[in-house]
Amino acid sequence: MRLSTPLLQVDDMVVHYPIESENFFGRNRFFKAVSGVSFDLNHGEILGLVGESGCGKSTLARTLLRLVEPSAGKIVFNGENLVGLPPKILRRTRQKIQMIFQDPLASLNPRMTVGTIIAEPLGVYHKHLSRMEIRKQVRIMMDRVGLSPDQINRYPHQFSGGQCQRIGIARALILQPDLVVCDEPVSALDVSIQAQIINLLVDLQREMGLSLLFISHDLSIVKQISDRIMVMYLGKLVEINEANALYRMPKHPYTRALIQAIPIPDPKRAGNRPHQTLSGEIPSPLNPPNACTFHPRCPHVMAQCRQEIPILKVPYDSDRGLVACHLV
Amino acid sequence: MSLLSVQNLSVFFELPETQICAVKDLSFSVRSSEILGIVGESGSGKTQTVLSILGLLASNGFSKGSVRFDGREILNADARELNNIRGAKIAMIFQDPMASLNPYLRISTQMVEVLVRHQGMNSKEALQRVIEGLDQVKIAEAHKRVHAYPHEFSGGMRQRVMIAMALLCKPSLIIADEPTTALDVTVQAQILALLKELKRDTNVSILLVTHDLGVVAEICDHVLVMYAGRMMEYAEVGEIFENPYHPYTQALLRSIPQIDRKKGKKLNMIPGNPPYLLHKFKGCPFSDRCENCFDRCTTQDIEEKRLGGERRVACHLNLA
Repeated sequence: MRLSTPLLQVDDMVVHYPIESENFFGRNRFFKAVSGVSFDLNHGEILGLVGESGCGKSTLARTLLRLVEPSAGKIVFNGENLVGLPPKILRRTRQKIQMIFQDPLASLNPRMTVGTIIAEPLGVYHKHLSRMEIRKQVRIMMDRVGLSPDQINRYPHQFSGGQCQRIGIARALILQPDLVVCDEPVSALDVSIQAQIINLLVDLQREMGLSLLFISHDLSIVKQISDRIMVMYLGKLVEINEANALYRMPKHPYTRALIQAIPIPDPKRAGNRPHQTLSGEIPSPLNPPNACTFHPRCPHVMAQCRQEIPILKVPYDSDRGLVACHLV
Repeated sequence: MSLLSVQNLSVFFELPETQICAVKDLSFSVRSSEILGIVGESGSGKTQTVLSILGLLASNGFSKGSVRFDGREILNADARELNNIRGAKIAMIFQDPMASLNPYLRISTQMVEVLVRHQGMNSKEALQRVIEGLDQVKIAEAHKRVHAYPHEFSGGMRQRVMIAMALLCKPSLIIADEPTTALDVTVQAQILALLKELKRDTNVSILLVTHDLGVVAEICDHVLVMYAGRMMEYAEVGEIFENPYHPYTQALLRSIPQIDRKKGKKLNMIPGNPPYLLHKFKGCPFSDRCENCFDRCTTQDIEEKRLGGERRVACHLNLA
């Protein structure tokens, strides 16, 4: 029964940040970071979320843990709606959702040793554990993420970027979470280190049966790791599909543009593919375009696109995937 | 003849107790209307290479070797001579456009200054040229937007302003250090298309520093792969992707996720970390991560070998 329902169901999540109006009597304006996002994340699934800067992907990630309060909508995790949960109960539930951040060094306290950093969640949630027991668990976890347990007393600055990200992963996994939200976990790393961290995440996900929400601005990385991918544009999901299908048959013009914009590291293949550069840049979420938010940049814009908001639906020529576009 | 010719360039930094060598014995040249890519991971010395060419090293840094631009030696030239070259004959585009524009000054003020300083124009003429320049990089309504402040532009627009500024004095060489790294992919594609167009229309040469082999494949003619301050491989761009010789180049190409390839979730990775330049190492800097490492690699320093045509590789393996 439990396995058939998704681990996480997000229903019409909205996050608007109020902004003080320019004059005293003016109305408050809203920065619409996330406007009406719904999706499911299944047990043991890696769900990718891709979008350009300012599209609201980090806000979405933080809202799942209620680090940011949603303005509306439901976040149902393991059958329990996290929205409106009193802090004490939220805290209990939240040990099952952990997060890995983008900047590996900035997300680690420089004054704490690696051992203390990784052990901190255990100290919060498992107060009955003895120091010896905690130390033992930390060493096991360090070994699991590819750090030498002998380095337990070192400080974050003594590690390289890739190793710091391993520390962040160890801290996230020590509580045996069900869901790990990874917000751009490899963006700050060099290519050769990026591959190491991606492989580590794939291994750990399989071993521990984790579900991952993997966020990145880089579609090639998201496609590498994900089972399904969601594409986000200006606070809304524009397309969701199985990873290979999304790449092979992108339905939304934005997804297509995003795929074509990725530089392919092979001049032969790079030369052979269609090149349609998207004009303009992502508009400000303070003042998003009407109806379909993509219409000012869309090469296939029609009259309908300026009048009606497209909803996320199954395209008529396919039985899989969801697209929010009037064309399909 | 090559426009820029770098011979045995080495860059050092003095530290309180020691000295580190950030770039060692690097040689390459940039021909007229060519885009040369220097690719490497962080700490590989690619940025220090271009900074030393322009005499912009930090105060504890110094360089040795030779850099000839247009036939003249410019490495360690005095500030007066360099000031006449920088901005006029060689222009530079940096990674973060916001950090390289003065936030207190209008775009017009910052751009007019270049023409007044280098070409002695009066400000009215200069403003006209600036507007034309902004037009050239496709900034809509340039005559109005020229008076805006940098924060009023988006990231991609600021990078266009930087490119327009670099082009003002019609330089023969543009040095671009990670010009698209801070931008979104769709905007990156626009900027790369613009650079390609400029090269075609104005015959400008571009020395492009990047960590992204995808960007190299899109716009470069030749590529120089660096690792730990050393040249690992130099080749024509098609050759390096089709038939990389150096084990580092091969491993690097294998470790990039490629969107059009379907192969399990795991990537081929390079184990270990890049060398820490403070630690002295013997032999090839890549030896501890290389799958083809043999005895000579850990004891004997690598030397550049020429392998037919222009291709150069620094590796002990018999690669020809």
